[in-house]
Formats: sequence, structure tokens, C-alpha cells
Amino acid sequence: MQHEATVGAEPVVRVTDLGMRFGTKVVHEHIDLDVRQGEILGIVGGSGCGKTTLLREMALLPKPSAGSVQVLGRDIAGLSDAGVAQVRRRVGVLFQNGALFGGLNVLHNVGVPLREHTRLSDPLVDRIARLKLSLVGLSAADGLLYPNQLSGGMRKRAALARAIALDPELLFLDEPTSGLDPVSADAFDALVLDLKQALDPTVVLVTHDLDSLWRVADRVVLLGEGRVLAEGSMQELTSSRDPAVVRFLQGPRGRAAQASA
Amino acid sequence: MCSGYWTVRHLAELESQLAHLRFPAGALEIDLAAVGRMDTGGALVLQELISTLRQAQHEVQILGLSPKAAGLLELVGRSLEQGGITPVAPQRMLLERLGRGSVAHVHAGIGMLGFIGEIGLAWMRQLLHPGRVRWREVADNLVEAGHRALGIVGLLSFLLGIVIAYQGGVQMRQYGASLFVADLVGLSMVRELAPIITAIIVAGRTGSAYTAQIGTMKVTEEVDALRSMGIPPLELLVLPKLLALIIALPLLTVFADIMGILGGMVMSSVQLDISFSTFIQRIGIAVSLDSFLVGVGKAPVFAAIIATIGCYQGFQVVGSAESVGRRTTISVVQAILAVIVIDAAFSVAFSRLGI
Repeated sequence: MQHEATVGAEPVVRVTDLGMRFGTKVVHEHIDLDVRQGEILGIVGGSGCGKTTLLREMALLPKPSAGSVQVLGRDIAGLSDAGVAQVRRRVGVLFQNGALFGGLNVLHNVGVPLREHTRLSDPLVDRIARLKLSLVGLSAADGLLYPNQLSGGMRKRAALARAIALDPELLFLDEPTSGLDPVSADAFDALVLDLKQALDPTVVLVTHDLDSLWRVADRVVLLGEGRVLAEGSMQELTSSRDPAVVRFLQGPRGRAAQASA
Repeated sequence: MCSGYWTVRHLAELESQLAHLRFPAGALEIDLAAVGRMDTGGALVLQELISTLRQAQHEVQILGLSPKAAGLLELVGRSLEQGGITPVAPQRMLLERLGRGSVAHVHAGIGMLGFIGEIGLAWMRQLLHPGRVRWREVADNLVEAGHRALGIVGLLSFLLGIVIAYQGGVQMRQYGASLFVADLVGLSMVRELAPIITAIIVAGRTGSAYTAQIGTMKVTEEVDALRSMGIPPLELLVLPKLLALIIALPLLTVFADIMGILGGMVMSSVQLDISFSTFIQRIGIAVSLDSFLVGVGKAPVFAAIIATIGCYQGFQVVGSAESVGRRTTISVVQAILAVIVIDAAFSVAFSRLGI
């Protein structure tokens, strides 16, 4: 298999010949993928093509059926539970629906990883959590709300604040702009770029929001038929002749997104 | 002079060190050249330190800041300015809490009455249009609440029968009245213990399931989906459960009667040498049809209480998984309490009536 030469550093995530099946249903097979240090990588593909599953495998949630995943230089298959926990501490995940804990208010939701993984005093945890909230554009008053009192956009922001609570080196975003109105989606894209600049994590972004890809992603991987169909920058992909890529990126929506980018 | 890692993983030590640090008056220089790594947590602590020192009239100068750390520090400074004053959740005094709690209880009581009224109305509608009764759901619920509960109800009443026969038999033998152990087991099981134990098991087993199911459906907006499709949630979710439980609980009670008496019979034969046929004969004399009907007759009332409380608490769920858990607990506690209180009321009423 071929890996493009990466400049300077080890890839943050290296996926080799990955396969995943649930029972007899094959989600994907023979996936090879590198996430490079400091980039924002977009993963796109039609609904049900296994984008989210791939992201979850890279975020150490389900065990793949075949192949290997290396995250932050460690091969996941060979890691002990303690090793996995150590890697997880350096990784943040924004789940599709936020997955905020309903019994805790927003401030305490953001504080959960801090309380769990550090021995900081309660007031300091709250101050750091409040700082993260303000980084994602939520006010201190919002911190006292419970997840079921939040709008869709606020819920995503709160979930992002929790994902960056420990300043992760690697940040996974699962459909961050789905279900948001265009204005909020634009604002969220800008927020991701801001945070990227401020905290400098490597970001893996699963989405089918083409506008988002144009604006945010440095590099894009197109999944389909259970494998990687194409990878490259959006410019490279749009000039591709591959019919599957053309169908995905050159439809009316794809062209509109390109025109506005 | 500062050194080490200023990251959240190491901040705990830093926090306690800073708390013990005393600063000399006048101009201060903070040298960060030896700081290995800094994240937003570290930047926050540093920024807070700087502003406290500035407030205490110190001249503060920062040295040796890496470009990345400088960026973080500026970002944190900006955010802190925007954040402004933090609102604090209001503290409530004892009297206010008491008042709010009482009002909440009154509202809950009124809500429960309203719910019972709604069920009554929905039931009337179904009586007028019997075709709208959802027999499929009723049958499913019957299997779940009735058939699947046979094992646990049977086992517990059998053991209960054994315990009563054993404890009673020891006493009665002293007076040479061993045979009356059949009266004891028969009457106490049929009149009181079988209906109560069955109702308590069903409240824990089925009432809680009703609350959890409806509560989860509320959290996932399935209840709203039903409403928007023009299906009254009460008709689909509550009435079949209520009807199924009103049918199932008396049947379970009869089963508990039989198993309890069987347990007593086995124990009497082992311990007191009373043969099965003698025991059964004695039961026939001791337990009148009235006593049997009194016991079984209470069961539909218990069933209505359990199902109503279970479903009502399910609809009271708001928002989160935690709320489902809390409501399920309340549902079971209230149902068992209500069953026992109503049973006591029945006892008083029946003794006045001389049944």
C-alpha cells in the first residue's frame, strides 16, 4: 500500500487496511488513511457509507474487525486498557447530537473531563470550564442551563466546549454543522477555524456539508462503496474525472458550494 | 521565575504553590522562559495571577513568553473580559424551599387528578366506540405483565405459604390445634397476603416498566410524534396497559392463592403430618367464597392504582435520562404506598360491613 510522504512529522492517525463488519453487514473494507499533524481533514460520503463508524474507530470506540489503527503514534490493537485511557485523554470527540449529560448543567458537562482526569480544585475547574464556554461563544449564564434547555446551535457549541476541555491534540467532529441553520453553520465553521488557530489541534471532521468542507478542510477523503474513493484538497477533487467523485462534488449543491467558497 | 508544564494535568500542584506564594512590593517580573508547555488552563491561571497582582498595585512584566503561549494568553484575556461577571445560581432558604416543595406537591396532586379524569374520558369514548380499543396492545401487555410474572409471583407466594405454615404450626402444635394451620394459611393468603404480595411484585416489575417506557418515549419525542400523527398517546400507551393490568392482576392473585396454599400444604405434611387430603378438606371449610372474593376483588383496584401511577409518572419525565430514573423510583414507591394504604382502607370497610 502507498502512503504519501508526510512532511516533517509522523501522521497523527494512521489507518491501515481497516475493515469493519457488524454481523454479515460489511461497513467498510481495506481502508488506508493518514491524518497529518496539524491539518483539518474532512471525511465525506453518502449517508450510510461508514463515515461515522470510521471516525468512531479512530476515536477508539468500537474495535475494528480487521486492520490496524495508530493514534498519536500508538497502535491501538496492542494497547492495554490503561494505554487506551491515556490516548483517550489526548483526544476530544464532538458527537453528532452533542451527547451532553442531561442531568448536569452545561458548565458541569464541560467540567466532567477536567474533574475526571486532573486533581484541580472545584473553583479552578469551573473557571477553566467557563473559559472554554467563552471560547466557543457561550456566556457564563448559558453555563447554568441544562442541555434540554439549549437550542441546536448552542448544544453543539457546548459539546465542542466539552470536547476541548483538556486541550486535546486530536479533535474529532462528527457532523458539527448538521441540523444548524446556514448562519449558525457558518458561525460554527468560523469557530472551528478560530479554535484551530488558538489551540492548534489536529482536526478530523465528518460531514456532508460541502460549504463546510470548502471553508474549513485542508484535505478531504471521499468514502463510498466501503472504501476510500478519492483524497486530496477540494480543488484537486473537483478537477477529478472519477465518476463517483464527480457525482458527489459536481451536483448542483457541490457547484453552489464551490461558487460561494 | 516559572518552570515546568503549565497544562491542566499539572495545574493542581501549581495551584497550591501559587496559593502559598508571597510577592514583594513594587515592580515584578514573571519569567516564563523555563516553562515547557502551556495550555489554556495554564494560561488562565497565569492571566488570573497577573490581574490579581495588577489590582494589588504591582508593576508586572512578562518575560520569555513563547509566541504560542503569548497567543493563548491574549485569547484568555479577551475571553475573560467578554465573560464579565458570573451569575450564581440563587441560594434558597429553608422556608422558601419548604414553600416551593409544598406547592409542587399540590400541583402534582392536581395533575394526577387531571390525569385520572382524562383516562376516564378516554375510556368513555372507547365504550361508545368499542372498535377503537387496541386489543393487540392489550394482548401484548397481558403477556408481558401477566404471563411473564407467573414465575416470580408463584415462587414468592409458595415460599410465603411455607413460612406461615411453619411459624403458625410450631405455635399451634403446643395447643394440639395443628389442623387449624390450614385455616391460618388459607385465610391469611386468600384475604390479605396474596393480593398484597402480588400487587407489590407487579408494582416493582410492571409499574416501573410503564414509567420507564413512557418516560423514554417522552425524552425521544416519540410521544409528540404520536400526537402529531393524530394518535392520542393516552389511547395507545395508557388504556391498553391499564386494561391489561386490570385483567392480569386478579388472575395473578388467584395463582398466588393457589401457590401459597400449596406451600402451606407441603410444609404441614412435612412438619405436622397433616395429609394433603385432610388439609384440602379443612381449607374448603375454613375459606368461604366471600373471603376468596374479598381478596381477588381488591386486585383490579390495585391494578388501576399501579397502572395509573406508573403511566402518570412516565408522562412527568422531562428532558433527560436522569429524570427517567427519578420518575421510575417515585412511581414504584408511590404505587406500593398507595396499594398498602388502600388495602388498610379495605380492611376497615370490610370489617364494618361484617364481611
